[in-house]
Amino acid sequence: METLDLLGSAAFWVAMLRIATPLILGTLGVLLCERAGVLNLGIEGIMVAGAFSGWLAVYLGAPLPVGVLVAAIVGGLFGLLHAVLTVMLGLSQHVSGLGVTMLASSLSYFAYRVSFPKVDTPPTITPFAEMHWLDGIPIIGPVLGGQTPMTLFALLAVPAIAWLLYRTPVGLALRMVGENPAAAEGQGLSVTRLRIGAIVAGSALMGIAGSFLTLSAFNAFFFNMINGRGWICVALVVFASWQPGKALAGALLFAFFDALQLRLQQSTGASLPYQVYLMIPYILSILALVVMARRAAYPQALMKPYRKGER
Amino acid sequence: MIGAWRLERRTEPSRTATALAPLAAIAFTLLVCAALVAWAGAPVGQTYALLFDGAFGSRFAISETLTRATPLILTGLACAVAFRARLFNIGAEGQLYLGALAAVAVGGMHGGEALDWPMPVLFAAMMAAAALAGAVWLLIPALMKAKLGVDEVVTTLLGNFIVLLIVSMMLDGPMKDPMAMGWPQSVALASDLELGKLIERTRAHTGLLWAAGLAVIVWLVNRYTVFGFRMRAVGANAHASKFLGLPVTRVMVGTALLSGALAGLAGAIEVAGRTSYVTLDMSPGYGYSGVVVAMLAALHPLGVVAAAVFVAGVLVGADSMSRAIAVPNYIADVIVATALLSMLVAMLFSQYRLRRMGAA
Repeated sequence: METLDLLGSAAFWVAMLRIATPLILGTLGVLLCERAGVLNLGIEGIMVAGAFSGWLAVYLGAPLPVGVLVAAIVGGLFGLLHAVLTVMLGLSQHVSGLGVTMLASSLSYFAYRVSFPKVDTPPTITPFAEMHWLDGIPIIGPVLGGQTPMTLFALLAVPAIAWLLYRTPVGLALRMVGENPAAAEGQGLSVTRLRIGAIVAGSALMGIAGSFLTLSAFNAFFFNMINGRGWICVALVVFASWQPGKALAGALLFAFFDALQLRLQQSTGASLPYQVYLMIPYILSILALVVMARRAAYPQALMKPYRKGER
Repeated sequence: MIGAWRLERRTEPSRTATALAPLAAIAFTLLVCAALVAWAGAPVGQTYALLFDGAFGSRFAISETLTRATPLILTGLACAVAFRARLFNIGAEGQLYLGALAAVAVGGMHGGEALDWPMPVLFAAMMAAAALAGAVWLLIPALMKAKLGVDEVVTTLLGNFIVLLIVSMMLDGPMKDPMAMGWPQSVALASDLELGKLIERTRAHTGLLWAAGLAVIVWLVNRYTVFGFRMRAVGANAHASKFLGLPVTRVMVGTALLSGALAGLAGAIEVAGRTSYVTLDMSPGYGYSGVVVAMLAALHPLGVVAAAVFVAGVLVGADSMSRAIAVPNYIADVIVATALLSMLVAMLFSQYRLRRMGAA
């Protein structure tokens, strides 16, 4: 009964979409990189850097959209570092990605401490406002109205990325580079440039995903605020079979369970320790990987560095 | 411009380059981080001097560095062993915590009252339980990789978050220390089980000898046993190994058990040597730093000991330095991360060289 009441309340669906937003953006970012054949485990750190840099820009007086842009640029720069290491030098994508995560997050924490040496409570900004002018739309109005423009951006990014991948020559080339780089090279395409471009663009999306947390969901930068969301995005891409539409569905499904566990945790009848509920997102991610394992259609060249003329 | 230079594989890996790689990587790292120190507004030379002094400058500094190096040797070994066989275990953090929980479950819960075993037996049981806990936890993702092809990096990473919640649950529930006044810590280990001091009146304990001994054992296993050979073969080329009739899945399982056990022991030795109980912050990311230690050592078990002392020195030195000068101690994590990436690049140039296109 209680669960039914819950699903009928707009507040639940508002919370779900809010939880889903950074996951949608992050998953799309990972998807772009992996479609071009490169695993990007830098996401966890890039999200930290995006959250911090976007917030800092706004704190220093920039308008909110500029903050998002700054987060995208910073994310793109860390992506460029990952691209140089994995595409141009052909280094291990696993280790390089972990290195980028460590570097991006430690640099953010270092910069935060240098900028604010003696603060106990994190300084705050005024985040994006909710779009209550949308409340009038039937059925979905109250849910969309409770969101900020960043959620709208995330929802629009899904068809945009799908269009890019499946309806444009660049998208075709990008997918080809992820499946068979030698053949792409034979067609006169530059594997190096396409992969670098995909990683930088994907990492920019990851940076924006991080900035959602400081510019929309909360109004300050906290340590450990990303808390594994990046890794969850990496799992969601496999669940989504590397397709933007399914990535959206996966992120929403995941957010549904996350919002549900939050409510169950708060409801008075909770009989389990609260940690059990908090575990659910991570366990779900692992389960998603296991369930999809048999059917997963990995991009054929994923994690294989390409060196011209080398077999 | 991108195509003007290209990497060319050396016919033989350059020995000089291999030997110089860690030094070059560390030199480059210190150079990059000097810019950050300058940005924080501190004199670079003095900052590095304070950092070095805080890590190795006194008896106390050395003892602190060795205390930190102890778990890092073990998590570094855990990563090195697994990476050699291309099992990317990034879950050493979680395995360490589970090892610590298991150690306390065996050696603390009963406080010598319920379990009336002779101390040496109880000590062995405590260590075995910790090793087993770590090993079993890694076995799950290893099997998922071997049987289903699920990427182990993501599953081991996600596992770390699950373990921390399990620890938190245990500290709230069955393993809660009733005397801790609500402070989240577990019951303490029976005091007879604690490790002896290595240096009097410091925190350095004999766990360091355990860690170093295990490094030698892992090196011997790697070099002189059939299992070691198989691990290296599977890592070098799993496909060819299968073709040769090597039991690839079994080797993978064996590697996972060894790697997880080493990380689990790190937890037990931390509890027995330093903290004597489990807290939620007993490891400041030793599992993740273990990845860096393993890479800096080029996955060599004996190199792991040296790399662990280096990383521990950076962590301890930065803590001490940041108390004296206005540079946040997060510089340590930046140094460690930069060292990892620089080392990757440096290792590449021991196998490849840059050639200008068309010059050949």
